[in-house]
Amino acid sequence: MNLSKILKNGFLILVASLVLSACATQKTTTTTGQMQGDVYTGSDSVEYLASGVPDRVFFATNETVLTTASRETLRKQAAWLRKNSKLNIVLEGHADERGTREYNLALGERRANSAKDYLMTYGISSDRISVLSYGKERPVDSGSNPLSWSKNRRSVSVKAN
Amino acid sequence: MLFRYLLLLLILLPIKSFALIEVDITRGNLSPLPIAVSPLSIDEKSRENFKKILKKENIGAEISIVVENNLKQSGLFNPLNKDAFLQNADIANLKPRFEDWNLIKAQALITGKVTLVDEKLRVEFRLWDVLAGKEMVALAFTTVPSNWRRVGHIIADKVYERLTGESGYFDTRIIYVAEEGPKTKRIKKLAIMDQDGFNNKFLTLGNELVLTPRFNPTNQMVTYLSYFRNLPRVYLLDIETGMQEVVGDFPGMTFAPRFSPDGKKIIMSFAQDGNSDIYTMDLENRIVERITNHPSIDTSPSYSPDGKYITFNSDRSKFQQIYVMNSNGKNVKRISFGRGLYGTPVWSPRGDLIAFTKLHKGKFYIGVMRADGTGERLLTENFYQEAPSWSPNGRVLIFYRETKTNSKGEGFSAKLWSIDLTGYNEKLVETETDASDPSWSSLLSN
Repeated sequence: MNLSKILKNGFLILVASLVLSACATQKTTTTTGQMQGDVYTGSDSVEYLASGVPDRVFFATNETVLTTASRETLRKQAAWLRKNSKLNIVLEGHADERGTREYNLALGERRANSAKDYLMTYGISSDRISVLSYGKERPVDSGSNPLSWSKNRRSVSVKAN
Repeated sequence: MLFRYLLLLLILLPIKSFALIEVDITRGNLSPLPIAVSPLSIDEKSRENFKKILKKENIGAEISIVVENNLKQSGLFNPLNKDAFLQNADIANLKPRFEDWNLIKAQALITGKVTLVDEKLRVEFRLWDVLAGKEMVALAFTTVPSNWRRVGHIIADKVYERLTGESGYFDTRIIYVAEEGPKTKRIKKLAIMDQDGFNNKFLTLGNELVLTPRFNPTNQMVTYLSYFRNLPRVYLLDIETGMQEVVGDFPGMTFAPRFSPDGKKIIMSFAQDGNSDIYTMDLENRIVERITNHPSIDTSPSYSPDGKYITFNSDRSKFQQIYVMNSNGKNVKRISFGRGLYGTPVWSPRGDLIAFTKLHKGKFYIGVMRADGTGERLLTENFYQEAPSWSPNGRVLIFYRETKTNSKGEGFSAKLWSIDLTGYNEKLVETETDASDPSWSSLLSN
């Protein structure tokens, strides 16, 4: 099941990037935000826990799987947390507005845990990480379009102390 | 509870029923029944006294307006313009001249009288079949004057009941989440109002995020989700005393609460380590039971009115779909098989239907299906809408709708809407602020 999930996800990203590159050949405009598949890959709204350590990772619609870029971000966070061993973090999980409120609360919790699990595999103790889901309650971007929604599907690591 | 002591219902005359006029509520009603709501007559002394107590010029006329608006909002009745009335309210109350009412095409007529008796408001009313020239209902109520709007709601309920053969839904309240501020920093408060939007009250201050309030069907308790101290947990609130408490002692987020039909249990989701399952807690002995145990997201549970089954949504088949299971969690069956995602199932108080939210090709729908998943019917389509809640008679659904923002991210709003089970009579429910997550109470008088 996991494998098929990963394959499917990879396939989606692949198909979508083909579509994107096809678009890119027609239009040469640069946008402030970018998506690969429907995962946000831009830097708009991203903040930094420390120099070179982005605070958030993004997800595909209805998905909780971490992308390659997300895993890279989380490895940087793990390294930073190892260096700052007295710091604890809260992982705030979010969903976009295109889902029912209650399901989105569960989805936000799952996304934050997906990030937490990854940090733990890089040696961060679960005692240092708490999880808080906001569902669709705290979007960073108030737009009603695919790009805005992609910025809102996120897990943000916030310093807890 | 308190209301029951204040409101004394006295039945004056039991009526033998051989109704000639009837309102069919099973189809969309394209020709609402013409009804004349004569202002309730009032003697000069009572009028003066009520004016002092309630600051209303003529309380008889005010009550009749409440009745009239309710009937009109239901979409089943067409209250006639009072300017056309030929017979004076005082005389109509004594003996209606049916020819006069027939002439203005009224098929039903409501007359009545208001008096002040021992500092109390006493209201008599009668419903007449104009064509047959017969009295259909006659009732009198005595209550404290401040309850005057409720008297109007109760009269409308009795009229609705007599003419449709089903119980009414006007003497009810809506609990909801009042919203203010920008979309990225919404301030949310619990609020309660009468079904017609009057007597709005805020129940929390907005210091913490609150979501999904739901009424206990048997009393004035409410369960909801609060982010108090950044710990999202299900709470129980007594709206008469203001007392509140956390439900259960869970080491993580609890959410999506709802009462069992007997009001003795709360069913909700508990999220832990990325997995949400359904639990119940008995409010008397505090015993917590786990109902589902599955690595998927299981949430938005709702009991059948007999308490034997639970419907919920789960993504165990990869995407969000609706399931039904026995109340002990056994015998889980998927019931939604249409195209798209299905969520927020809510069992009708009549037991036959489940209302839901559906997402398909970027549009949100409110719909109903039978408890076995057959007979799916979509009632309304929009950019974003969800979370239907049933009127206590199972004829009307209230839900919330959000607007699409423009290219600058402006223009967001959230409002309550209601729609008839037939798919007709879609209406905006006016609220002081933006609003979401409505929950309809049971009938207050019964």
